[in-house]
Amino acid sequence: MDDKNTLVKVRNLKFARNDRMIFDGVDLDIQRGKVTVIMGPSGTGKTTLLRLIGRQIRPLEGTIEVDGEEVTTLSHRGLYELRKRMGMLFQNGALLTDLNVFDNIAYPLREHTNLSEELIRTLVIMKLQAVGLRGARDLMPAELSGGMARRVALARAIALDPMMIMYDEPFTGQDPISMGVLVRLIRNLNDALGLTSIVVSHDIEEASSIADYIYLLSGGKVVAHGTTEDLANSDSEWAQQFMNGKPDGPVPFHFQAAPYASDLNID
Amino acid sequence: MLNQLQIIGHKSLNFFQRLGRGHILIFDVLKGIASLLPRPRLVVQQLYSVGVLSLIIIVVSGFFVGMVMGLQGYNTLVDFGAEESLGVMVALSLVRELGPVVTALLFAGRAGSALTAEIGLMKATEQLSAMEMMAVDPIRRVLSPRFVAGFISMPLLAAMFSAVGVLGGFFVGVGLLGVDDGAYWSQMQASVDIYDDIYNGVIKSLVFGFVVTWIAIFEGYDAIPTSEGVSRATTRTVVHSSLAVLGLDFILTALMFN
Repeated sequence: MDDKNTLVKVRNLKFARNDRMIFDGVDLDIQRGKVTVIMGPSGTGKTTLLRLIGRQIRPLEGTIEVDGEEVTTLSHRGLYELRKRMGMLFQNGALLTDLNVFDNIAYPLREHTNLSEELIRTLVIMKLQAVGLRGARDLMPAELSGGMARRVALARAIALDPMMIMYDEPFTGQDPISMGVLVRLIRNLNDALGLTSIVVSHDIEEASSIADYIYLLSGGKVVAHGTTEDLANSDSEWAQQFMNGKPDGPVPFHFQAAPYASDLNID
Repeated sequence: MLNQLQIIGHKSLNFFQRLGRGHILIFDVLKGIASLLPRPRLVVQQLYSVGVLSLIIIVVSGFFVGMVMGLQGYNTLVDFGAEESLGVMVALSLVRELGPVVTALLFAGRAGSALTAEIGLMKATEQLSAMEMMAVDPIRRVLSPRFVAGFISMPLLAAMFSAVGVLGGFFVGVGLLGVDDGAYWSQMQASVDIYDDIYNGVIKSLVFGFVVTWIAIFEGYDAIPTSEGVSRATTRTVVHSSLAVLGLDFILTALMFN
């Protein structure tokens, strides 16, 4: 792949938690300006991957390059500068509960810029308009529905006009309408603002509808990758099982156990 | 046998790891204080929720403790005909011991537990992670202001407690039991020394404020990010800081009053 177009480059990533290997040699390339979806069964460490890219945790081995900077060895200051150019949408929004919607979105602007209150107000209103919640600016996070909270968090994530946004399971637990809204927002914001989006999800239908490229993770490795069509037509058993939601296949229906007969004492 | 040894080893390793993390954290928190200088508002907000909101419980308790001391002290002193010294007794016990200690215990229960729960819940709801990803250091933004506020509030609350306690003693001793009010105040004035009594009391309350707030923010920041984890951390804050206060009080008293 062309190096210039790669925003995030992950090589030979290894990470373990409590002696369990979560990643065992993962290679990924995230293209600039594209929506890249990372899919895989629950517990494969998809969220962990986002945290590694944002260096909230460090890998055992391997390199993670974001916009040409090696994240794993970056200084504290360098890391914080880089994070200003990254947005992250957490699963439940992670809004600051003691601030209202307006102040939540103004928060990164107030922390990192010296803009006047008037300008901040204009910016916040614009971001709220982008997610369709201009009318909700005075509500507290506790008064928002799950879908609204995620949209506010999205407005906050784009407040500093980042180069990329990472979405952690954005569709989980959403009703069909909020789901549709979020799907459209992720695609539109990506294209309108010239962002790069990384979406972690296991909602195949929604995620594939906006994906430019998909990585399938399982057992600590990338088991398949390609465009939506590539994967749908792939002869990889993994891809087939996951994309079609088959209950049995390379990911077995049964958790590792002794033979059934011996467990029932029939011999 | 081997199993038990393993459990003991595991527990002690855990203990020392936590101790280490606690020290690294307080170091980072103290470093973060410099970043608060241009933004005193962050501390003022916390002074309100840590200090001002603890005022009621401190003042009411102080008044009752003072009244009880007036009552108990009078009953003891009157046997020796020394009830004029009631003021001295009430003031010295409050300023030297009860003021700092009881305030610290109440402070741990009221403000310490609230700090732990607040920080723990911010962690459990990923608010701290979200701050990190917004390039805002949660230690500087969330922990340092709370620590400073706790450290400042504690001696002020202890002073308030002692002052109200002296009034409580006055109310019972002079108002209800008929001790001479001139004697109550003048003996107090003559016997309470600013260095030996008041300064030492202030030092105690500064130490308690440091330790209780440290334990509270560490427990919150180190909590397992689930509802059970936060509730356990809150309990630990109250238990550990109460024990720390009582233990340190003994050491400090031994050092100060020999």
